Amino acid sequence: MPLYHNEDQAMLADSAAQFMSEEGAIAKQLRHWRDRDCKDGFGHGLWKQFGEMGFTGILIDENDGGLGMGHVEAGIVLEQIGRNLTPSPFLTSSVLAATALKHGGTDLKGKYLPGLIAGEHVFAVAIDEGAKHRPERIACKAEKSGNGFKLSGQKNFVVYGASADMLVVAARTSGGDSDTDGITLFAVPRDAPGMTHDSVRLVDSSMATHTKFDSVELDGDAVIGEVDGGREILNAMLDAGRVGSAAEGCGVAGGAFDMTIDYLKQRKQFGRLIGEFQALQHRASHLYSEVEIARAVTIKAQQLLDGGSEKASLMVSVAKAKASKTAGLSVREGVQMHGGIGMTDEYDIGLFMKRDRALQEFLGDEYYHTNRVAELSGY
Amino acid sequence: MSDTAAQLETFRSETRIWLEANCPAEMREPVRDEDDIYWGGRNAKFKSDAQKSWFEACVAKGYTVPAWPKAYGGAGLDAPKAKILREEMSRIGARPPLSSFGIWMLGPALLHFGTEGQKQRFLNEIARGEIRWCQGYSEPGSGSDLVSMQTYGEDKGDHWVVNGQKIWTSYADEADWIFCLVRTDKSNKYKGITFMLFDMAGGGVTTKPILLISGNSPFCETFMDDVKVPKSYGEDVPAFVGEVNRGWDVAKYLLGHEREMISGAGGGDRNAAIGSAMQRRAAKEGGALDPVLRAEMAQFDVDALAYAAMGEKFLDEIKVGKAHPAQPNMMKYVGTELNKRRHELMMSAGGSTALEWDSEETKGGKQPRDWLRTKANSIEGGTSEVMLNVISKRILELPDS
Repeated sequence: MPLYHNEDQAMLADSAAQFMSEEGAIAKQLRHWRDRDCKDGFGHGLWKQFGEMGFTGILIDENDGGLGMGHVEAGIVLEQIGRNLTPSPFLTSSVLAATALKHGGTDLKGKYLPGLIAGEHVFAVAIDEGAKHRPERIACKAEKSGNGFKLSGQKNFVVYGASADMLVVAARTSGGDSDTDGITLFAVPRDAPGMTHDSVRLVDSSMATHTKFDSVELDGDAVIGEVDGGREILNAMLDAGRVGSAAEGCGVAGGAFDMTIDYLKQRKQFGRLIGEFQALQHRASHLYSEVEIARAVTIKAQQLLDGGSEKASLMVSVAKAKASKTAGLSVREGVQMHGGIGMTDEYDIGLFMKRDRALQEFLGDEYYHTNRVAELSGY
Repeated sequence: MSDTAAQLETFRSETRIWLEANCPAEMREPVRDEDDIYWGGRNAKFKSDAQKSWFEACVAKGYTVPAWPKAYGGAGLDAPKAKILREEMSRIGARPPLSSFGIWMLGPALLHFGTEGQKQRFLNEIARGEIRWCQGYSEPGSGSDLVSMQTYGEDKGDHWVVNGQKIWTSYADEADWIFCLVRTDKSNKYKGITFMLFDMAGGGVTTKPILLISGNSPFCETFMDDVKVPKSYGEDVPAFVGEVNRGWDVAKYLLGHEREMISGAGGGDRNAAIGSAMQRRAAKEGGALDPVLRAEMAQFDVDALAYAAMGEKFLDEIKVGKAHPAQPNMMKYVGTELNKRRHELMMSAGGSTALEWDSEETKGGKQPRDWLRTKANSIEGGTSEVMLNVISKRILELPDS
């Protein structure tokens, strides 16, 4: 398969670009909700529009009411989300939770998918337990209790956790904290007694929670897939979420890059456009190269994942590492090349820097994924 | 009409059978030293019978230049078939039967700008490995600023008299003919250069190898003293490509082509990850990579694997005309910088063994010599700095200073 979008994908990209630059624009969404101190950190109205556009069901099978598309298509939407810094629960709900629910039974699908597809329901994922992403170690416990389970422990960095109608929680049902096996995934409804959210605003104005589970009672129907068989589903979720987050990172990198190149063509100092200075031209050209490469490896990883390749997981980590590295470079160069105004809240370039920081951390930063590339390569 | 998938599969199996029958086992081993590469030319010698028979089989089949038309010594393969042949050759590790600047550089220029007579004569000679060409571009005072070159051809009616000096002429001391940029109008910088073709044995040309930091001498200085270049070698075979005074168009076209080639797009070892091989090497001595080196190795591997995807995307886009025309400059910049980094890391992982310059165990210091050779990657064919200038101007459209 060639590493560029086919006709259908190019059409989707056009409509996603138009939609996001209009409805999802920074002034209309990110700044709007931020300046109103919104407890959700995103607009439910926009999420509903995501549903009308069909974005919400991209990764959901046609039999289940979705579009039955793949990670290339989800990535197209995410790249536009990245470019416009559009706050939305797309990545957590339509990519991560949707991937988990693919492995769920008919009941779970019937219960949760229609609300997601309609853009009425929001889902979150509860994986991390400390400040860093370490999904290899899961200590949050679910103990058998009657026909169901009692869930206890704490999860961190649950993005949009307080706004979620359902949380996909990775918990331990057997074995030691660092065991690969013995993980079970649960679909925990928002009103489950014993679950409390400590909501925090993050640097990029998105909302996340420290969520505590104090003997939360769940019936057997809440299990996604098999008891003790959650690791494989979790890995599928992580691959999907990571390649999605790489695509969003490419969007952040590209958005900051374009804004910076425009600025180099407008700003005058010493009687010249600053874009005439070779010191800046070379840095801009280097950045261009990195952004192109990050996009290339991201679409490569998306295609491998869609094709079920054995190499997909390695390439997903390469993509996440490269996109994180590149977006980081793009926002830092962007702020520096904007000079003083890059430090002001009025200009958008700083918002890109903030978003990049939060996005990088999500599902593993460049260091985590660079190390994972080494481990998967056998060193 | 393009071939159906079934026709392509038939071609693939025929190719396999042909390669099985014609590519000797020896020619499927990695290239170890310079003699393993067959360059052709008047003074060429085969290293082994296997090299000779592989070369001759390919000439007969048109596989020294598979994508060139049959009339010019090629096999007339279209892009999908040429790709299948490449894949099948790479699957069995087959060496290229013939390497030459005629194939890589002059051939594409003639295919694009040449007369029918030039194509008939020169392309066939190249395909059959009869004439070895070298490229006369750079001069001592004209490196990155190539268009300032001064080698001058004085018009004497039916011939030119050429005087001047070229530098960095790859393998000029072993070449038969040269394609050479010669100034034919001193009053016009860009439109005063002619892309000439002449025999280096015709008198007045001397070459002097340049000893490099790697200890090798792949490049020469080439001196031209009153070299008489006829304007024509026969009917429809002018001694210049394109038009007189318009050689810069040909040179620019070829530079783009060269950058594409140097960029190593489309795979090969140069794009591969290295960490696991370096770890195995360290483990042989009972050790492991130092943690900080391991980390740098991993960062390199991320960049290398990502660049390999970029190479694939670049080729896919070129095929359908989606790539920006200046994109080869980006590929060349990133690919060569990456290759330098790769060799730095391999030197660090190799420790003192990698310092040995001529010991038998290190195959004559192959590693440090290769490491030093890579430093030229980001200079030849346009420096990294020039590549960044071109990206700024042509892709980002940043203002001129």
